[in-house]
Amino acid sequence: MTVIETAPPVASQRSSRAWRKLRANRGALVGLCIILFFGILALAAPVLPVPDPAATDWSAIRKAPSAAHWLGTDDLGRDILSRMIWGAQASLMAGVFSVAIAVVIGVPFGLVAGYFGGWVDQVVSRVTEALLAMPFLITAIALAAFLGPSLTNAMVAIGLSAMPIFVRLTRGQVLAVKTEDYVEGARSIGLGHVDIMVRYILPNAFAPIIVQATLTTATAIIAEASLSFLGLGQQPPAPSWGSMLNIAKNFLSQAPWMATWPGIAIFLVVIGFNLLGDGLRDALDPREA
Amino acid sequence: MQDSVLSVRNLSTSFLVDGEWKQVVRDVTFDVGPGETVAIVGESGSGKSVTSLSVMRLLNPDASRIEGEVLLDGRDLLSLTEREMRGVRGNQVSMIFQEPMTSLNPIFTIGRQISEVLTRHQGMSKREAREETLRLLEKVRIPNGRSRLDDYPHQFSGGMRQRVMIAMALASRPRLLIADEPTTALDVTIQGQILDLIKTLQEEEGMSVLFITHDMGVVAEIADRTIVMLRGEQVEAGPTEDIFLRGRHPYTRALLSAVPKLGAMAERCWPTRFPVVDVSTGETAEPDEVAGTVVRGKTPILEVKNLVTRFPVRSGLFGRQSGSVHAVEDLSFELFQGETLSLVGESGCGKSTTGRSIMRLVEPTAGEIHLDGYNVLQLDQIGLRNLRKSVQMVFQDPFSSLNPRMTVGASIVEPFVKHRLGTASQAREKAADLLERVGLSASMMNRYPHEFSGGQRQRIAIARALSLDPKVIVADESVSALDVSVKAQVCNLLLDLQQSMKLAFLFISHDMAVVERMSHRVAVMYLGEIVEIGPRAAIFENPQHDYTKKLIAAVPVPDPARRGVRRGLSGEELKSPVRSLNYRAPSRTYREVSPGHLVQEGGDRGALLAASPSTLLRTQSRWTTLRGEGGLL
Repeated sequence: MTVIETAPPVASQRSSRAWRKLRANRGALVGLCIILFFGILALAAPVLPVPDPAATDWSAIRKAPSAAHWLGTDDLGRDILSRMIWGAQASLMAGVFSVAIAVVIGVPFGLVAGYFGGWVDQVVSRVTEALLAMPFLITAIALAAFLGPSLTNAMVAIGLSAMPIFVRLTRGQVLAVKTEDYVEGARSIGLGHVDIMVRYILPNAFAPIIVQATLTTATAIIAEASLSFLGLGQQPPAPSWGSMLNIAKNFLSQAPWMATWPGIAIFLVVIGFNLLGDGLRDALDPREA
Repeated sequence: MQDSVLSVRNLSTSFLVDGEWKQVVRDVTFDVGPGETVAIVGESGSGKSVTSLSVMRLLNPDASRIEGEVLLDGRDLLSLTEREMRGVRGNQVSMIFQEPMTSLNPIFTIGRQISEVLTRHQGMSKREAREETLRLLEKVRIPNGRSRLDDYPHQFSGGMRQRVMIAMALASRPRLLIADEPTTALDVTIQGQILDLIKTLQEEEGMSVLFITHDMGVVAEIADRTIVMLRGEQVEAGPTEDIFLRGRHPYTRALLSAVPKLGAMAERCWPTRFPVVDVSTGETAEPDEVAGTVVRGKTPILEVKNLVTRFPVRSGLFGRQSGSVHAVEDLSFELFQGETLSLVGESGCGKSTTGRSIMRLVEPTAGEIHLDGYNVLQLDQIGLRNLRKSVQMVFQDPFSSLNPRMTVGASIVEPFVKHRLGTASQAREKAADLLERVGLSASMMNRYPHEFSGGQRQRIAIARALSLDPKVIVADESVSALDVSVKAQVCNLLLDLQQSMKLAFLFISHDMAVVERMSHRVAVMYLGEIVEIGPRAAIFENPQHDYTKKLIAAVPVPDPARRGVRRGLSGEELKSPVRSLNYRAPSRTYREVSPGHLVQEGGDRGALLAASPSTLLRTQSRWTTLRGEGGLL
């Protein structure tokens, strides 16, 4: 050998590097903590020493926050703290599952459209554009009304409305990754389309999709709150932050705390997901050192 | 030296990396005298670009620290405020960069971009500025300057854009021009033109030039004095001739011996390894030839007959086909086992498309390809998959040819596993064996591509190509992106593999000097056609076609004694292979000069090169975008 090759300067793995960058980002950490806090509350709801969220108490109607009811009670005497904690389940589930639906349907369509191009792409792209032309929330409301009011249907409706974004995003990413030499290399060793798409293109196109998913989760939580507010989401007596707001609007002057707590919670979770999403975007971007 | 234009003293630059200061340039000291050209040469990571950026103070001030002294005409640039510094940049000092395709603003005409410099820095009126702009365009020898003033950057080819960049740099009549790899992205004939242009302009304007490059050939042609950098340090500095003839530092010697020299093979009949230099002592071992690999049997391992590959050019609302890119036109050649046939030519000549057509990565329009018993163009999906066992490809860019999300071991054995050639444990053994064969260690199997250097990655890509034990390797510019010393190593590796495995290489390259070392036979391509093909010695020592001669003459020679040889400042450009639909390719005949040495008829009469640039350039840029969208299916 003529000259000994110099050793590469970087030796750490990509994932741990992304994690290091994420940890260094204070905003992302705060976001992550907020989400974890509400997530743990939601999961631990059955074992926490709080009253039944549906139990009414006629002697404690619309009581302001006190030692007995930390966050006060609502118009039927139900404990707001308990309803907040159980409501977190509905809200977070709505966020996570509807985005999961959007990703599971949207990403494969985008992948196929971007990879094959031609008429497949034409069809998928035109349909996506048509869907994107309708405002997100309007589509979700229409779909939810069509499917019938329930939390599951609300999640499906939100998921379907959020799907076109993922088709679009995935398709764009695939178009970029498709031109890399290693994709051509995969073809030149005789790999089939499925192998190339799943093992070569998707893993390299996934970072922005993760980021988009995080940000969309925030939107989905708001959407669920809106649908529940309209009576199209979580059905009474089961609590969700949105339906709590829906009831609270009737008592804004008498019992403002009924609206304040769910409002703050939605605000915090949405901020949390946005902060995390921004952090992920920076951490997963290889161009940023 | 009191009267030097630029005087750099003990320059050190550090970057903030993960919270720690890392020194990337250490203690660099040099002077650039009036009218002098100083070259900084080094391989990637040597700190040569950082040095120039430090001089211009173009590094992010929050993440970098510059120490030492940078005196421009006696004024210390490092002590100036950012505001004062802006007055220096683009005024007393101008810069041109490597990438002419991205360094002009695409939404303004070039006339406007150049005159902006004049109105801003020189306080000229618009009218004066326009006149001066025209003068500058003529100065950088852009044909029909007046009519091109209002053209947009995309209407210019790469070489012409670099001329525009130079015109812009000259607009402020700088004392010093810093040129950072200005010719690296250009074709070799265009590179020659730009180098000549810089030399001529320097004489006319009397400015000093700081030239940053990795190419020893370019250094030899242009530099009065040379600074060699290695890992942030200046290892040697002196007059160019001294460096080339009496280089002291072992690294300089290693670098020089790794530089492929055109004509170095005049006495040899077989491909020859690059000489091996010990970096610590500087001792050179004589290179050995790789003889007797070619098996001239009855049938060639690869036979291409009248291959034609065209891509449609679509335009208009409904994407109707309005023309074709004739990327490959009526190409025929043979390749025998153990032989290297090089396809050489400049960008857009169809050499890569030829390689991809043989692999059926693009669908050829017509012709016949026989490879190891397969009739390639008749194969169905299954046949095509089997074909992959006989022919494999190594790509140009080692940074994009491996899947970043797969371990190196998995990448290497993937073909082996996919073709069900063995069990998982056999695959592991195979990977270990291949890694060692390409000069890496088997323990590297579980690492990811980003942990490796460019040269190492190219070795991995080669190992992967070998995992099916192919008979033919299509090497598409496989060593072009590598640093010289690494390039030499990878070339040696390819020669070793050819010797031990009797591989046949279709070696696609634009680098004439490497081609001369590697090949048994050479085919010169121009606009999709082979204009000359023959044994290596015949092509290099007795070129017949005008284009071959021009190509060979354009290669920078790493010999300072030949400095001052000019090629002429003509603004010739490559013709465009985009043709209208009713174009019928002329039938070509070939003349046999000596056994196996064929030349296209008519090419030695100069007819070919009489291109009128202005009409052709417009299609040229379209052709580039089109190739970018080459499509997967």
